[in-house]
Amino acid sequence: MTVKIYVPRDAAALALGAEKVAKAIAQEIVARGLDAEIVRNGSRGMFWLEPLVEIEVTGKRIGYGPVKAMDVPALFDAGMLSGGGHPLCLGEVEDLPFLKEQTRLTFARCGITDPLSLGDYEAHGGLAGLRRAVSMTPVEIVKEVTDSGLRGRGGAGFPTGIKWKTVLDASGERKYIVCNADEGDSGTFADRMIMEGDPFVLIEGMAIAGLATGATKGFVYTRSEYPHAIAVMSEAIGIARQAGILGPSVLGSGRAFDIEVRTGAGAYVCGEETALLNSLEGKRGIVRAKPPLPAHKGLFDCPTVINNVISLASVPVIMERGAAFYRDFGMGRSRGTIPLQIAGNVRYGGLYETAFGLSLGDIVDRIGGGTRTGRPVKAVQVGGPLGAYFPRALFDTPFDYESFAAKDGLIGHAGIVVFDDTADMLKQARFAMEFCAVESCGKCTPCRIGSTRGVETVDKIARGIEPEKNRVLLGDLCNTMKFGSLCALGGFTPYPVMSAMTHFPEDFVPAPVVEAAE
Amino acid sequence: MTIHIAEGDIAARTRSIVADLRSLEGPLLPILHQVQQEFGYVPQQALPVIAEELNLSRAEVHGVMTFYHDYRDHPAGRHVLKLCRAEACQSMGGDALAERIKALLGIDFHQTTLDGSVTLEAVYCLGLCACAPSAMLDGEVYGRLDDQLATELVAEARR
Repeated sequence: MTVKIYVPRDAAALALGAEKVAKAIAQEIVARGLDAEIVRNGSRGMFWLEPLVEIEVTGKRIGYGPVKAMDVPALFDAGMLSGGGHPLCLGEVEDLPFLKEQTRLTFARCGITDPLSLGDYEAHGGLAGLRRAVSMTPVEIVKEVTDSGLRGRGGAGFPTGIKWKTVLDASGERKYIVCNADEGDSGTFADRMIMEGDPFVLIEGMAIAGLATGATKGFVYTRSEYPHAIAVMSEAIGIARQAGILGPSVLGSGRAFDIEVRTGAGAYVCGEETALLNSLEGKRGIVRAKPPLPAHKGLFDCPTVINNVISLASVPVIMERGAAFYRDFGMGRSRGTIPLQIAGNVRYGGLYETAFGLSLGDIVDRIGGGTRTGRPVKAVQVGGPLGAYFPRALFDTPFDYESFAAKDGLIGHAGIVVFDDTADMLKQARFAMEFCAVESCGKCTPCRIGSTRGVETVDKIARGIEPEKNRVLLGDLCNTMKFGSLCALGGFTPYPVMSAMTHFPEDFVPAPVVEAAE
Repeated sequence: MTIHIAEGDIAARTRSIVADLRSLEGPLLPILHQVQQEFGYVPQQALPVIAEELNLSRAEVHGVMTFYHDYRDHPAGRHVLKLCRAEACQSMGGDALAERIKALLGIDFHQTTLDGSVTLEAVYCLGLCACAPSAMLDGEVYGRLDDQLATELVAEARR
């Protein structure tokens, strides 16, 4: 029987040499005349083990990693194809603690299947949600999603079902589903992993959203920085169209839905939903004032659902297993699971999907294993460049929307970036302001000018120019940006700045001027 | 490095790109992407053509082209090296790495080496945050860069 060898094609695995490993394996197969095939799967999300090569042996997947191309001949010599022992052998992959303790609902197939095999997708539960949706009325689908408690995973946490209901109830000859795949936050890669590792789940989620709201056209708006995701997504859409999942009659329902991939052009602000819509229309990515809500007047002034990748990709499992199944995970008003992205200076970096409610310290110290450099953890930025820096003192904060808000933070898209004790928090605060200044769309004054003044003020503090007065000024400036900005770019930049100043005041004291010796 | 493209040629090739893509909903970004793909940058002479074909003002097209970081108004070097400068990469020594690469190339960000081989760009997140610091050379991704890998990458880019 042909042995299946899995070598990920996820961008992070490729960044760590997966392509060379796949080539080396292909060479060995030919040279040794073996009966084996290579499957290019997505990533399991354990990046310290990438490239992670897996062999299917009697229904089990045995892992080897991290594999370098030069390890390959020795792995074959050691009998890798029958799960043979070798220092890189990790045993059964599903048994690795990092995977075993997760609850994978949205990422259930990621890293397991061939991302472009529809047969693989269906064999692992794919399309069951869409098949059920086809048999339901739009009102019933919306109710199922509402009852699941799913909140927008892009960061704002708005209930997905309510958004869908608004679009369903809105009148319009044409309606759109827009997938916000403009994942620009540092520390986040869940959208990229889904698009590269399980694109059909996103297609299925968008098709369900179309059936639920009467939308016939969907756009996936993603980033030019993600060429691999764009390629896989585009290919998967073509396959889905061929199979009748997309097109004039979704799964023979007589209802039309199709999807197009659009590539951004390097503007962070286009992750903000109204800027994204302008960009899709071919305009400058400038935010729109709300109201009107996109649900009423969105893309080309038509009623539009705009959801993040993970929100949409979470819908198929809700439709398949029912609202109650999903809602039973989580805590408080944060229901279901959240794909944590553990990143930065961390030992076990990767994607960890789990129910809401783990403490931040548990995530960083236990799951993430502390810093990669081995030095003490100083700060953890949660929620991307607009998220707060948390000190160790706040490590007992449970991971959910409300608990983080209560500590002047946000979970955003659940990216977690760890810094060791060499981090200079004044420098990080300055970077936040500088990033906002560069990426501001320019529409509102607090964001456009406040961020530039912010950089200047932080610089004055660093140079010891009236530090006390300038710290007060910086706080005042942040307050203006927080409450006066039109969108989250200017409105949330105060989170990293103020948290850095509040929790790490020692870094905001100018270094004493060194007296010249002698 | 100088690229000579006749003006009439730019207009004709731009017109053909617009013809291919104008049926898209909101076609301007896809058109600009395609023009940049065709010429390696978005030539000034292409803008009035696009404006005329899409019935937009020239100012509108100029405004869109200059809003986005991706579009260049002049050709890049033969290779484009993008270095991630965002927080996750900062936490793994990305700043020091950037200084080293700048020194190796003898240029700053947004500049091209004198021999025209490499253009260095800053990028804010490649989604490789769990294997930081990271870079992209002509669309190929590289993670967990250290001094040695960075030196190899620069050598490869300069070839």
